[in-house]
Amino acid sequence: MSAPDRSAAVEPPLALLAELTHRCPLQCPYCSNPRALVGHGAELDTATWSRVLSEAAQLGVLQVHFSGGEPTARRDLVDLVRHAARVGLYSNLITSGVQLDGARLATLAAAGLDHVQLSFQDADDAGGDAIAAYAGAQAKKRAAAALVVAQGLALTANLVVHRRNLARLPAMIEMAAGLGAGRLEVAHVQYYGWALANRAALLPTAAQLVEADAVVAAARERLKGRVVIDYVPPDYHARQPKPCMSGWGRRFINITPSGKALPCHAAETIADLDFPSVTDHALAAIWRSSAAFQRFRGTAWMPEPCRSCDQREVDWGGCRCQALALTGDAARTDPVCALAPDHALIDDALAAPARDALVFRRFEKTTLP
Amino acid sequence: MNERPDAAYRFAPGVKLRFDETRQAWIVLAPERLFVPDEHAVEILKLIDGARTTAAIVDDLATRFDAPRATIEADVIELLQDLVDRGVLRR
Repeated sequence: MSAPDRSAAVEPPLALLAELTHRCPLQCPYCSNPRALVGHGAELDTATWSRVLSEAAQLGVLQVHFSGGEPTARRDLVDLVRHAARVGLYSNLITSGVQLDGARLATLAAAGLDHVQLSFQDADDAGGDAIAAYAGAQAKKRAAAALVVAQGLALTANLVVHRRNLARLPAMIEMAAGLGAGRLEVAHVQYYGWALANRAALLPTAAQLVEADAVVAAARERLKGRVVIDYVPPDYHARQPKPCMSGWGRRFINITPSGKALPCHAAETIADLDFPSVTDHALAAIWRSSAAFQRFRGTAWMPEPCRSCDQREVDWGGCRCQALALTGDAARTDPVCALAPDHALIDDALAAPARDALVFRRFEKTTLP
Repeated sequence: MNERPDAAYRFAPGVKLRFDETRQAWIVLAPERLFVPDEHAVEILKLIDGARTTAAIVDDLATRFDAPRATIEADVIELLQDLVDRGVLRR
């Protein structure tokens, strides 16, 4: 917590991602959680989460995303949703839906929940259940979606796509629109943590990507005015890196189940940064002046070719965690950038032979790469 | 153009207009997105209540801003269509 105070120049954050727990009944091999999961006993208690929500609203946060793991695994979820509403936060529940029943959903809606994001892993039961390693998951998700819509809540269907299910993207979009989702997020897997370990099994081909772009464009036109479709492309096929988190420490705060405050959910992989905990520090101090949030904020930290690039305040140098994961140095230009000195790493990954076997997300030590 | 003078509008599920004290600005909060509407859009969005029609919104604005009804009507219709396309409003 010691860095030059540039707090006057720091804009307030827009959103808080509250990872309430890493517990989850599903085992998706592209989970965005870190490989080292936080156990049940280390989770923050209700009072601490409530304080964090109050501090977030005070700081200028407008939206809170209750996520995980599976946030419905927390028995106090309804209390946290109610508290978020009380302090004026727009609340979003990011869930697999497999543990959601009508009674629980009704209490969440009554507590002030604004929106539910439900993930789908495939178009059909066989594919969906296999990738989640959970028999019956897909049917439970469809049932949960129907409950959300019946409750009058806004529903986003998050359709996670990769090499193994892209052929069924049109069917996934049809299914989600048919379930009554007002918004679809067609999200290509992003390669961190579990997904990076499974990259050779999941990375789409260039031809698949061209096809997916066309499918999304056609669906947007067909569903215009009825369903909004957001599209998250796979950055490995891009020439310019994504503006990860809209820039480090610019818009988002992520809180882990044990209370660490991170600029993005994968940031703990950057081992030489000391991420402050909300159990020790006020959120405003963490946001404005902690060394971890200042480290890659703005453009002063940038190496060439970012530093003199006219896109530096568009893509913010791409993703720090990706730079670390692929080059071993979080302060290098994101290798996705065609101008990055390490761009060959991306070409190599795209040219690498596809693998069949998957590493599933579990609470255990794995020895795979 | 799908707009009709007798069409009434409401916010889509999960969409809210809120004044943000921190930024001293009206903000539209929606599923995993938010945006800051310009001052014209704010005046229109404040009138969305599920009952008011396009004609009623135009009447209200024409009176309050003492502007020609035809000019206001064209702007309002264009903006409402845009907000429907973006999933903010529903008819």
